[in-house]
Amino acid sequence: MPRLKEWNELPVAGVLAPTQADQPLTGGWRTAGRPVARLSSCVNCLLCWLYCPDSAIVLDGTTFAGIDYDFCKGCALCVEVCPADALAMESEEDA
Amino acid sequence: MSTLTPRLLTGGEAVAHALCQIQPDVVPVYPITPQTPIIQTFSSLVADGAAHTEIVNVESEHSAMSAAIGAALAGARTATATSSQGLALMAEVVYIAASMRAPLTMAVGNRALSGPINIHCDHSDSMLVRDSGVVQLFAENAQEAYDLMVMAPRIAEHPEVSLPVLVCQDGFTITHAAEPVLMLSDEEVRAFVGEYWTPLHPLLEVAHPATHGPFAMPDYYFEFRRAQAAALEAAGGVLAAVADDYVSLAGRENHAVEPYRLGDADTALVALGSTAGTVKDVVDELRDAGERVGLLKIRSFRPFPADAVRQLVGGAREVIVLDRADSPGGAPPLAADVAFALAGSGTTLRGHVYGLGGRDLHPEAIQQVVHGDAPRYVGVRGEPCLA
Repeated sequence: MPRLKEWNELPVAGVLAPTQADQPLTGGWRTAGRPVARLSSCVNCLLCWLYCPDSAIVLDGTTFAGIDYDFCKGCALCVEVCPADALAMESEEDA
Repeated sequence: MSTLTPRLLTGGEAVAHALCQIQPDVVPVYPITPQTPIIQTFSSLVADGAAHTEIVNVESEHSAMSAAIGAALAGARTATATSSQGLALMAEVVYIAASMRAPLTMAVGNRALSGPINIHCDHSDSMLVRDSGVVQLFAENAQEAYDLMVMAPRIAEHPEVSLPVLVCQDGFTITHAAEPVLMLSDEEVRAFVGEYWTPLHPLLEVAHPATHGPFAMPDYYFEFRRAQAAALEAAGGVLAAVADDYVSLAGRENHAVEPYRLGDADTALVALGSTAGTVKDVVDELRDAGERVGLLKIRSFRPFPADAVRQLVGGAREVIVLDRADSPGGAPPLAADVAFALAGSGTTLRGHVYGLGGRDLHPEAIQQVVHGDAPRYVGVRGEPCLA
């Protein structure tokens, strides 16, 4: 656990510039499996990209290209909205 | 050199002229009696081209303070004004302004809180935001309201303070009563207040985005509150320095406290606002009659000058605190602060509540208070007091 700052070490009013805050890898929050794509079934509607709350759907131009597991929290919204059954939740061990 | 010709101004007009000379960039404001003459006069001055200020006609005081925070943190010198229910509606955001360390100024025309609904003076509106972490200065008359308003930006914008500063004047008694007021020249005021403080992370600097007002969990909330308390403590020293400069500029004294004939006083009264003027007359009368009575007027209610209070009245036989606000079931706010400052000094302390909802406090009633003949609530019918 990092050392907690004392009151007189804090930035005034707690204002945080981006350099002061680490970009958290929210992929570490997954507890119930991960979505896995079957590209052969994908119709490239990009609904997953539209709905993903963590911008974890990777595109190649305008083409679905996979999932960034550093940021995917495993919420399964993409699986829910996929009209082509091209996404499915799998356990982390199987992935 | 400042002009030696006084102008006949109400307290509200005096503060509006001070604002015009300060030339805030942004003034988000909502009208409410008895503050309205402040923004009405200021708006006329802006409409006449005397100040280049963006007045934002917001839909409530809650919005006024919200807009003021945004403007101040974006890098605009910002002021607003309110009273009573307006301050009550604003209170939530006043706490946030202090916590976000927004260096804005606000003129307050003190007025009773509902209910019953009332438009006249007492200090219960200010006391509602007593613990919000803002600086609160109380004026005795229109001249002091003007002087404190000119001083306020320097205090608010000092980097160790960076807090809202409220300049409070008694509703109607000061806001609507015309008195001779000595104003500085526009150039003197502009030189005195200087350029606006530059925020470290201006809100609108989109090339360098920053998070303002972040969430704080139990592991950090307390530390942020402690830092905020330190800012208010620092405001005491900054006020003293600014008041010193103001004496040099204007020749008028506006420090945190004003002792009046306290030197050898057995009995010391303590009061805020316009009542201090009445008490001074009573002190003079009682002194003429051979009684050793004095007054300690508190200009800076927050930060509370506890050390000065202890030093100036801690040696008196009796200290009498006059509160124009009540804390039903507990100690009135000014009395509570004075009691804390005097704890262990051996002085006898007495607290009285007076003047709620604009009830006058007559000199005879103050004499009764001094002589121990007045009840805790002074001037209310049903209590044994003649006033």
